[in-house]
Parts: sequence; C-alpha cells; structure tokens
Amino acid sequence: MMAENTNTQHADHGAAGTAEQGQVLLLVATRKGAWLYHGDAARENWRIDGPHFLGHIISHLVLDPRDGQTLLAAAKTGHLGPTIFRSTDLGRSWSEAKRPPAFAARSEGATAGSALPGRTVDHTFWLTPGNARQPDVWYAGTSPQGLFRSDDGGVSWAPFSCINDDPQYRQWMGSVQDGTPDGPKLHSIIVDPRNADHLYLAMSGGGVHESSDGGESFKPLLDQLDVVGGFDRADPTFHDPHCVRLCPSNPDRLYQQNHCGIYRLDRPSEQWLNIGKSLPAEVGDVGFPMVVHPRNAETAWVFPMDGTSVWPRTSPDGKPAVYATGDGGQSWQRRDAGLPTSQAWWTVKRQAMSADPLQPVGLYFGTTSGELWMSRDEGLHWQCIARHLPEIYAVEAALLA
Amino acid sequence: MKVLIPSALRSYTTQGEVEASGATLASVLADLDRRYPGIRFRMIDEQQQIRAHIRFFYASKQLRDLAQPLDANGELIIVQALSGG
Repeated sequence: MMAENTNTQHADHGAAGTAEQGQVLLLVATRKGAWLYHGDAARENWRIDGPHFLGHIISHLVLDPRDGQTLLAAAKTGHLGPTIFRSTDLGRSWSEAKRPPAFAARSEGATAGSALPGRTVDHTFWLTPGNARQPDVWYAGTSPQGLFRSDDGGVSWAPFSCINDDPQYRQWMGSVQDGTPDGPKLHSIIVDPRNADHLYLAMSGGGVHESSDGGESFKPLLDQLDVVGGFDRADPTFHDPHCVRLCPSNPDRLYQQNHCGIYRLDRPSEQWLNIGKSLPAEVGDVGFPMVVHPRNAETAWVFPMDGTSVWPRTSPDGKPAVYATGDGGQSWQRRDAGLPTSQAWWTVKRQAMSADPLQPVGLYFGTTSGELWMSRDEGLHWQCIARHLPEIYAVEAALLA
Repeated sequence: MKVLIPSALRSYTTQGEVEASGATLASVLADLDRRYPGIRFRMIDEQQQIRAHIRFFYASKQLRDLAQPLDANGELIIVQALSGG
C-alpha cells in the first residue's frame, strides 16, 4: 500500500533545471570503488564514469567547490593502510597524497606519567573543503576519531587542533568498542562560510563540538540533546550525533540527525530543539543522513530507519521513505512516491544523501544495497538511476560550471 | 635484495619483483619507499606496527619485527593476507 504522501509542501520552482544553471555531478563512494555520474541539463540522463579504484573502500569522494576541478577520495583496501587520492582534472587522473592522515607516534597532549597510547588511522571517513577564503585548506575526520587538516589542497595532512591527543577528548571518544560497527567516526566537519575560524565537528560517539578560534580549542555543544536512557546527558561520551548540517542560507541554523532524535539549533542559542517528535511513531525519528535546502533554512530532509530492538538499520517495515519539513521541523511530510512500497530492506548511510543547488532542488541518495535514487522536485517524486552498485557509503551532488 | 610485491601494491611498483637494499626489514622498507613513495605507509602504520593484513616472509620464516636483520642475498616476500570479502 502506498503510504500517505501529502503535498502541502511544494517544490521550490524558480527557473527550471536548465543549462544556464550548470550540470550536476554525482560523486558516489562505495565499499568497492567510486563512480561519477554526469547529469545532463535536465537531470534526466546520467553518463557513468567508473569504476574508479575498483575494490578499494571509498568512504567519501568530494569535489572542491572553490575550483570546480579537484576531487579528493578517502580510500583504503582490505589489505593496505588508508590513504587519500587526489585528482585535479575531475577524475581523469589520480595521484596519492604524499602524507595521508596519520596520528602522532606518541601522545603529545598527555602529562608525564599518563601517556595515552598512540593510535592508528584505520580509515579517513569524512572530507570537508575549507573556507572559500582559504582555497588550499581541507579538513578530514577519521576512524578512530581524529581531526586532520591539509594546507596544500590535500597533498599532505597533519593532525589538527588539540583534540586528537587531549586526555579529555580521548576519554570522550572512547575506545574502538564504543563506536559504530566499523569503527568510531569523526564526521560532520563544518566550516562557517562567514568565518574560517568558526568550526563544528561531530563524533560517533563523543558528541557535537564547536571551535571559535580556528581549531585551537573545541568545546561540547550538547545542551538538550538526548542520550540512550540511563546514561548521563552531561557526558559527551554518551552522545551519538549521526549527521550535522549547517544551512547555507542561514549559517546560524544547524540541523542534526542524532541516534536519539532530530534536532535544530539556532545560534547564538546553545540549546538544541528536538524537532523529530512529530514523525509517525511507527517510523520513528532515528536515521543517519540530514540534508538541508540550499536556499531555504526552513526546509530539510531525513531518511528514517528502524532503530528499534536490535537496531536492524533498515527502512521501517521495509517501506523506505524520505521525510521533509518546510517549517523548520514543526511538521514532517512523507515523501515516498516512486520508492518501493514493501519488502525493501535497505537504508541510507549518513554521507549518502545530498541535495543539488538547482531549482527545484534535486535530491539524491544511495542505499546500502547499491541503488542510487533521485528526485528532481525536492522529494515529491523519486526514481532509481542506478542499480547493482556495491554498498553505497557516500553521495555528493556537485554543480559543474 | 629481491623483493616480491603482492598485487595490492603493484600500483606503486608496476611489477611483481623489484630490488631494494638494507640490512634490516626496516631499512629495506625505507629503501622501497624511496623508490616507490607512499608504499611503506600502506604496510606499516604510524605506530610502526605491521598492518593487520600484511605479512613479510624471508628464508621461509615470517618476520614480525622491523629490526630483523636480513641478508642482501636473500629474498623478501611481501604477502597480502586474507582480509574478508
């Protein structure tokens, strides 16, 4: 049975998707390689470029919006250590980072007699281009949790800020056993578009943190976020943000999909507002991705999954659906037209859903079963544009000039 | 000495058999990295530990210590061990 699909929220129709708006490039990172999908002006037909790095585990593939040419890919293989690959010609050729992210050989933040054990980067999980005024800066988040920065466009990387070896942060990060099934992640690295020194990051687990001094220091930003029952909300250790996004049209607004609900934060307030309670009880407010509208900070999308009992991490009841809000999270509308109506047991990981900046906004997600879906009308209608890919870890929608 | 390179690392060497010199496993790997930049970090992590799915064999014995002395006339075999599907 097709679930309710109210159309009270209409797509952002301005100039329709035309050649003047540029063409969309989808960057699809999977458990066994990466693919680039080049859209035509109407976003109707997609030219496949790939696989790149067949057999490599690609956690994230990101286009630098500052030059429109440089791609960074966070890679590892089953046998080899992690690295970063870099292309300056949209994937026609690749070279490896000269110095990939790696932790310090010994703890630099520990006091005498309390040396923390050295850690090893298992994989780089998240890549974020720096502020537009810092064209060669990139940030990377790793598993286990670490924050790294490159000042040369992704060629060489170094541990960044105090947190990697700060005893307090190391305690909040917990051990490998405290994280997600394939390792704890540092993710959702956000650079304020107005101020390169204003940063956010999130750790699963370990909470959301903010820096106002260019990463010299971070502090937790957790007020009013829930944790699993019985644990101390004041301790960042027990917080599990799944994905945090800043609204480009209002950089004072953040949305967050958390292990324990959906939240919104309007700065300068430090109190997160729980906005997920109006989702249907049978669907729930647990999921991984969070997507924000490029021009309207009232609009955002989530992809709920089954977070009950043993945490199946599938679509609730096998019926996948996007939920959209057009009023900052006061109400949510189910958006499932075109999606399977039953027996679809996949879900969408935290980096695997994104929006393009066209009008109306195009939405894209990749599934854990290797399907790539899109909507040209902000979620009102969905169609599958690729099947039979490996498990999809990340989907980024970029606009080519 | 002769070094046999597993398929996962031939993107660096382009061939399965290369030459490298050094009196210990550590120094042979350092020489390999000079010839093929980046190859060492894929095998040895930042805490100077051999990565989980990399094995080194020399004279039919597995090497577990980077300080292990090697003879220039020997043959170092690098193996990619089972790592799942």
